[in-house]
Order: sequence, then C-alpha cells, then structure tokens
Amino acid sequence: MIPGIGVLTQDTLWCFSQVKGTIEIGATEADIISTVEFNHTGELLATGDKGGRVVIFQREQESKNQVHRRGEYNVYSTFQSHEPEFDYLKSLEIEEKINKIRWLPQQNAAYFLLSTNDKTVKLWKVSERDKRPEGYNLKDEEGRLRDPATITTLRVPVLRPMDLMVEATPRRVFANAHTYHINSISVNSDYETYMSADDLRINLWNFEITNQSFNIVDIKPANMEELTEVITAAEFHPHHCNSFVYSSSKGTIRLCDMRASALCDRHSKFFEEPEDPSNRSFFSEIISSISDVKFSHSGRYIMTRDYLTVKVWDLNMENRPIETYQVHDYLRSKLCSLYENDCIFDKFECVWNGSDSVIMTGSYNNFFRMFDRNTKRDVTLEASRENSKPRAILKPRKVCVGGKRRKDEISVDSLDFSKKILHTAWHPSENIIAVAATNNLYIFQDKVN
Amino acid sequence: MRNLPGFWIPKDVSWEKFTKQGTQGTMFARGLKRKSAEDGEDVEGGLAGAQAMPSYSLQRQSLLDMSLVKLQLCHMLVEPNLCRSVLIANTVRQIQEEMAQDGTWRVVAPQAAGRAPLDRLVSTDILCRSVREQEGERPAPDAGDGHTPDLVPGLATVPSAQALRNPQSSLWEVDSSRENRGGFQKSLDQIFETLENKTSGSVEELFADVDSSYYDLDAVLTGMVGSTQSGHGSGLQAFSPATAAPPSSSCRSDLGELDHAVEILVET
Repeated sequence: MIPGIGVLTQDTLWCFSQVKGTIEIGATEADIISTVEFNHTGELLATGDKGGRVVIFQREQESKNQVHRRGEYNVYSTFQSHEPEFDYLKSLEIEEKINKIRWLPQQNAAYFLLSTNDKTVKLWKVSERDKRPEGYNLKDEEGRLRDPATITTLRVPVLRPMDLMVEATPRRVFANAHTYHINSISVNSDYETYMSADDLRINLWNFEITNQSFNIVDIKPANMEELTEVITAAEFHPHHCNSFVYSSSKGTIRLCDMRASALCDRHSKFFEEPEDPSNRSFFSEIISSISDVKFSHSGRYIMTRDYLTVKVWDLNMENRPIETYQVHDYLRSKLCSLYENDCIFDKFECVWNGSDSVIMTGSYNNFFRMFDRNTKRDVTLEASRENSKPRAILKPRKVCVGGKRRKDEISVDSLDFSKKILHTAWHPSENIIAVAATNNLYIFQDKVN
Repeated sequence: MRNLPGFWIPKDVSWEKFTKQGTQGTMFARGLKRKSAEDGEDVEGGLAGAQAMPSYSLQRQSLLDMSLVKLQLCHMLVEPNLCRSVLIANTVRQIQEEMAQDGTWRVVAPQAAGRAPLDRLVSTDILCRSVREQEGERPAPDAGDGHTPDLVPGLATVPSAQALRNPQSSLWEVDSSRENRGGFQKSLDQIFETLENKTSGSVEELFADVDSSYYDLDAVLTGMVGSTQSGHGSGLQAFSPATAAPPSSSCRSDLGELDHAVEILVET
C-alpha cells in the first residue's frame, strides 16, 4: 500500500489535526467560509469567505524530529480580494463573497490564484520577499531623503536578509463580462486560458487579456419568460484543453468540445439519468439540480452532486451514472420542510481524493461523508469542536431514521440544519482533508502509524 | 382614481361600474368566505369526488402558496439567486399543470381562495404592509382590503389551462408599463423580467403586480382572468410612488432601467 494514499477500509482512521477560526457562536457573517482549495502540490490551502477575504495557509516543513506530527498548516497570507460594490444602475449590491478560488500551477517562485465573486474574477500573485536592499545613497535607513550636500561617498546598495514578508498583489482584474452570478471558474490545462461560468453563460478568458473574453456557452433564451434551466457548475477537462463540462439545474451534464464551433451551444455528449417514476414528487426537479461537477484526476470520470446523492459518470456512457451514492437519503421524507426553510437549495460540493478511489461530500449537522469506490464502504464523520483534541481519532457517526435510536446515533429530527458542510477539499496526493464548517476550517489527516 | 389606495381601476371600467363592482367584489369576497366557511366540507368532498384527494389538494395548494411567497421577496438588496427562482417557478408551473389536468384548476380556485384565507392573509398581508409602508401608503390594509389579497392565489389559480399558456405573457415587455395583468403565468414571467432587469424596486412592483391581479374582480366574476385585458396602467400608478414621496433608496418604483437611471440622476 502506498503510504499516504489509502483505500478507505476500516484500516483508515481519520484524526483531527487543526481547526482555524473563531470559537464564539456569534462570529460575524463575514467570516463564513465560502470556498476551500488546495494548490497543486498541497503545500498551500486557500480559503475565501463571505467578507471577500482570502486566507492562505502553508504547510510547514515536516521535521525529522517529530515523525508523528505531519506538517501543520499555518497562515501564510491574508488579503482582501473583493470589496462590496454597488451597481448604481440596478440599485443592487454586489456581494463581496468569494464564490470560488482556483490555483494556477506553479511556474516560478510566486504563487498565482484566481478568486471570484458574483461578477469579477481576479488573478492574484502571492510572492515572498525575504531580502531587502540596504545602503541607498540618497535615502537614509528610514527612507528619508538625505541632503545631497552631506553625501561624500558612493556605495552600492546590497541585498540583506529580512523577515519573511508575503505579499499578495492583484495582477489582473477580469470584470464586466457577466450579467448573472458567477458560480464557477476553471483553469484550462493549457495554463493560458480559463473559463468563468454564470447562470446562463460561460466565458473563456486568456490570462493576459482582461478587456475581452469569448462567450462559449449561452443558454439564455431570447424570451426570458421561457427560462427553465440554468447553468450550475462548469469545469475544464484536466488533460484535454478543448473539452469542458457544465451541469444544469435540471440534473443534466453536457460535455462540450471547443474545436467543434466557437459557440458551444451544442454539446458533444449529454449525460442524464432517466427519472425514476416511483420517486416522482413536486420536488423531483429541485433535488435533481446539480450543485457541483468535478472531473476525476484521471479525466475518465465526472462526479456530480445533487441534493441527496453523489453520482459518478463514465465519460463514455451518457445514459446513466456508473455509481450512485446516497448522502442523506433520510431527508427524502422531509423535503417539504427543507423546501420551506430553503435548505433544499443548499449547494453542496464534492471532491475526489488523489487516486480517485474515494469521494467526499458534506451534509448537515456538520457531518461529511466519504465513499470508497472500490470497497463500497462509506463513513460519516463530524467536524466539531468536541472532537478537537490533537490526533484524536474521529468516530464514525450515524443517523437513525426511525424506531429505536441507539446510544451514539442521532435522530433525523435532531439534526442541525444551520450547520452545513458545503465546502471541502482533499490534498492532491495525501490523505489530508480540509472541511469548512461555517466560519471554522477543520483539517483532518489519516492516522500515521 | 390614482388616489384610491390599494385599488386599481381597470382602464376600461368606468367609475360607476367600479364602485358597484368594488362593492360587489368585497361582498363577493365576503360571500366567498362565508360560503366556504359553511360549505367547507362539501367543497372539499366534492372536489374530486374521492375522499383521498382533499388532503393532497390541500398540500398541493399550500405548496403553491409557499412557492408564490418565496418568489416574492420584497426586501432584497442583492440580486436574487436565479437558480433558486427558476427552480421554484418550475415547481409552480408543475403544480399549475397538474391542477389544470385533473380539472381542479377552475373548480377549486374560487373556493380555494376562501378556503384558508387567514393563513394567506397573514403572509401576504405582512409582506404587503411592509411594502406599502415603504411606499408611503397606508400602513395597514383594512379588513375590506384584507380580503382581496386572499384572492391572490385563488385568482391566480383561476386561469384556465389555455390562459396559462396563452401568448398573453408574450405581451409582457420589459419597458412597457405593467399593463397586462392577470394570468398567473404573468407573475412568473414578471419574475424573470424582473430578474432580467434586476431592479430592486421591481421586486416591489412585482409584488404589486400580483396584488393588482387580486383586484381583477371582472375576471373572478366572469371566470375569465386570462383573457381580460384590463389595463392596469393607472392602477399601477396607485401603487407606485412615481409622483409621490421619494422612494427609499432600496425600493424603486416601477420604472424601466433608463427611467431608473434618470431618476437617480434627477434625485441627486
């Protein structure tokens, strides 16, 4: 077994590693984490929040002295990515909430990431500065100008080490291209372009060009009255720079090929599962709406998340998914209440592990679920302060549906629907996961023996 | 006529007719309520002829009501979530279609209006009240007015299946005044036009629109909501503070985008 990439058998135990964020219950809404993303090496972990801030954590170098302690993530950089704006023409506020962060692959010493709110995408450069020039001729050590008359010698400034400073600078601002709310961004495998998707359109950008973008998908009907479907998520294929997928509110996924035409309104492949007539209700369409779509690392599969299930699709089979996992089927009988309190519209994300053998998604009551595709085993874990002792092993949780409730089980009616895990991330190569629970970020690792 | 709070007068209806109608309308509404109070059970039982139906219809109706309320969020400072709105609107359409198919559409509607008036009254009334307060109208609708909002969902359900799909909705243009009322389909279309325009004021006017259809008494009496082209221009004016006190910053009156921009400029 390859260390670090485990198969989720009963041998894999998840332990608490760290939690970031405030403890008090009255934390402000601005602190609510709205996106979590590891970079391509797993060295950095970025979070975005409702207040428009981005916080980047860096994994500390593993020390040989402390073998039992895997590298911890510490704050590396914090910056305000987006500010609240006001659209004067429409008299509406534009939220500063960061909807998505996507890292660019590292090409030099600096790190680059894309962050987006509802309307504007920004490219940020995060770089370190650990040296500074000293010995200027015209300025003194504090930076004040020296009187030229007092200068009698010339010297060459030298670079001297300084305390590490991490600075984030906005390098590009991609604005004014979206009428509707951006829900996804995805970096292309060519590393030169990326796409941004809103409810009705998808635009293709070149990183170097901010004043124009290409519209590649447009599902806006000529008559808005005929609108019945919106785009909910989109992603580029990890290897084929011409392919991308986008999901819809009607539970369908379309694979498009940009070589076919400039405007990819006609899909190459159309993935839809036929409806189960026995399960039909007024809420069928709502719960079929796909909230997230992710390619596997291999590029062979796509995973979709709808309200009650996670599905894995083979790109070569359009008529149904190859795997379906129930996330919280006990909610099926509560759909009316969940519609009433709007929980039915919650958008849960889903993630693959590095080897595409395990998938993870969130649920309510700060529960999150993992499904092992090989063993077909699944586990429910909880992100809570109670299990927050260092290296404490997480105990599997269970929801009891009816009848007798066992000691450690929790009944459906006791679930806290305000505690929802919408955003999670999995380290690209190791069993380290980041789980966002409202304003707290939990980091769990598998047990090191 | 513009000054009559809470009532709009259809363009093609004369004042006398309105007065009589208004009275009739109120009485009709009251009559409805009384009747339904008496015949509650019969109505329910007679709905589909089978006792199994009523509770499903009730559920379906309450789901419809809930959906309508969800689509009418008055206090929005941020653009509404389009995905959510589309999903709710699709749910509403689904219910409509089913109700039209099993024929409960027309039958249930007038009775449905009176059936559970209080619940609806509370929700829509509270929403109405807050909207009207902001628009500088009378703070609380009196009992007479209070009844008519009951008819909203009921009225909304009156249109026949044809009315649902009728091209009347296509008459709904972005910049034209909200002249074509009636027809539940309208409400949905308005919602999307609203979302298209994304004026926060249009959320109020969206709500105002639905309110107006409450007063489409002609339609109720003749059972032909969809087809009546009662002009509501003046009625809308009664709702919108176009010439009244300056609207609050978050509630704009019924203006197109251009008018809106001009208004902002003029105000500042």
